[in-house]
Amino acid sequence: MSGTSEAVAPSRADVPVEVSGVTKYYRTAKSGTVHALDEVSMSFKPGEFVSIVGPSGCGKSTLMMLISGLIPVSSGTIRVAGKEVRGPVREAGIVFQRDVLLDWRSVLSNVMLPIEIKGLNPAAYLRKARELLHSVGLAEFEEKYPGELSGGMRQRVSICRALVQQPGLLLMDEPFGALDALTREQMNLDVQRMWLRDRNTVLFITHSIEEAVFLSDRVAVMSARPGTITEVLNIDLARPRGAGTRSDRKFVEYIERIRRHFFAQGILSES
Amino acid sequence: MSTAAPITLPPSAGTRAWAWLTDQGAAIGIIVLIFVLWEVLTRALSVPVYILPTPSVIFVKIYTDLGLLMENTWATAQEVLLGFGLSVVVGIPLAVAIVYSRLFERVAFPLMVSLQTVPKVALAPILVMWFGYGILPKVLVAFLISFFPIVMNTVIGMRSTEKEMIYLVQSMGAGDLQTFVKVRLPKALPSIFGGLKVGIGQAVIGAVVGEFIAAEKGLGYLQLIAQVRLDTPLLFASVVLLSLMGVLLFNIVAWVERLVIPWHRQITEQTE
Repeated sequence: MSGTSEAVAPSRADVPVEVSGVTKYYRTAKSGTVHALDEVSMSFKPGEFVSIVGPSGCGKSTLMMLISGLIPVSSGTIRVAGKEVRGPVREAGIVFQRDVLLDWRSVLSNVMLPIEIKGLNPAAYLRKARELLHSVGLAEFEEKYPGELSGGMRQRVSICRALVQQPGLLLMDEPFGALDALTREQMNLDVQRMWLRDRNTVLFITHSIEEAVFLSDRVAVMSARPGTITEVLNIDLARPRGAGTRSDRKFVEYIERIRRHFFAQGILSES
Repeated sequence: MSTAAPITLPPSAGTRAWAWLTDQGAAIGIIVLIFVLWEVLTRALSVPVYILPTPSVIFVKIYTDLGLLMENTWATAQEVLLGFGLSVVVGIPLAVAIVYSRLFERVAFPLMVSLQTVPKVALAPILVMWFGYGILPKVLVAFLISFFPIVMNTVIGMRSTEKEMIYLVQSMGAGDLQTFVKVRLPKALPSIFGGLKVGIGQAVIGAVVGEFIAAEKGLGYLQLIAQVRLDTPLLFASVVLLSLMGVLLFNIVAWVERLVIPWHRQITEQTE
C-alpha cells in the first residue's frame, strides 16, 4: 500500500532508464512457452523521447511492461533512476491503448485516481489535475462521466491521469492505436507540447513509423519475435515539430529508412 | 478541440411522463386488449366460471377476499425475501472467493456448476421432510434456486475488469484490497444487479414450489386449497397477486440498481 507519502511533485527530468541484456519468456495456455524478448539492451537518457516501432507481437509492449515493473524479467536487469526494477515502478505514469477509465467516476476524479491510491494529499494536486485537463481542452468536462466522451477525449483524460503527479517516466503503449487519423494527428501535437513543457523521459510504443519519427528524439526498430532491437535512429528534426515537419525531406528519409528494415525482415513485401 | 461532446438536456417532468407513455403505450394497450378479449369471449362462449373466470370476476374476488389474499401474500413475500437475502449474503462473498482464490475456483466453482444441474424443485420434498412445515424449507428452496444466477453473474462481473486496468492501479501501488474496492467491485456492479434481477424472480418460484409441497400459509398454499374447493376465481386471484409481487420485487431491485450505479443507465441509454 501507500506507505511513504512524499511531498508534492517528484522531480521530473532526472529519470534515466537502463535496459541491459533483458530476455523474457512467458508461458501461455495455448502455445506453451513464448520467447518474447532476446537480450535486449538499450538506454534512455533523462528527458529523452524514445519510440519503439515493430511488427505486432514483436515484444515491444512486453518491453514496456518490464520497464514498468509490472511483470518480471526472465534474465538481465532494468534500472529506472539508478534503482534495479523489482516491482511496480512508482515514478512511472502509464497510458495503454485502451483508456481504461473508471465509468463511475467523473473525469476529474479519474485524473485524481493515482493521487488517491498513493494516499497523497488531494488538495495539493487538484490544481495540477485541472491544469492538465485545461491544456487538452477538457476544462469544461471535468464533471462529466467517461460514458459521455468521445474516444479521443477519453484517451486525453487517461493521459492526464498518467501525468497528474508529474511522473519522471511516461510509458505509452500504442496510446492512439484506436483513434481516427485526424484525432491521432492532434494527439501527437498535444503529446509533444506536454513533453516540451515537462521534459520527462518518455517511452512510446507504436506501430506507426510516421508517428514515431514525428514525436521522438530516437526511434528503436524491433524485429519480429523473439524481439531484438535491430537499429536505433537519431531523429534530427527541429522542435517544436508541426505541419511543416511531415513534408521535410529528412522526415521522409527517416521513414524510408525504417521501412526498409521491415522489407528486409519480410514484414513488408511488394510481391 | 477536434471532437464535439454529445449534449444532453435534462427533460422536464411533463415530457418524461409523455415519453414513458409513448414507450410503454403499446405494452399497456396489448394488456388491456387481452383483458377485453378475454372478458368478451368467455361471456360470449359462456365458459363456466370453474373453467375460466372472466377478468371482472377475478378482480371482484380479489376485492372481496383481500384480507385473506394479503395475509398469504405476506407469508410468501417473507419466504421470498429471506431466501433471496440468503442468496445475496452467501452468493456474493462466495463469488468473490471464487475470483480471488484458486482453491475456490478449482473446487467450489465446478462443484457448484455441476450441482446446478440438479433440479432444485426436486429437493423440496426432502427439505420438507427434514425441516417440517414451517417457513424454513420454503426459504431454503427459494435460496437454492436464486443462488446460482447471483453467483454466476457476480463472478462474470468481477472478471470483466480489463487487465490493463488492474496493471494500472498496481503501478500506482494499489494492493489487492484497493484494487477490489476501487475497481473490481464497482466494475462488477452492473453484472451483479443483472444476477439479482434474475434471482429475485427465481426466489418467488422457489417459495411457491416449497408451499406446494407442504405449507400452512402462503399464496401457493392458498392455490392448493382453492384447487380442492374448485374455487377457480381464487386460483386466478392468487396468480395475479403472485405476479404483482414478482413485478414489485423486480422493480425494487431495479430501483436500487439505478441508485447504486447511475453511470450504468447513462451508458446504456447512450448506446441505444
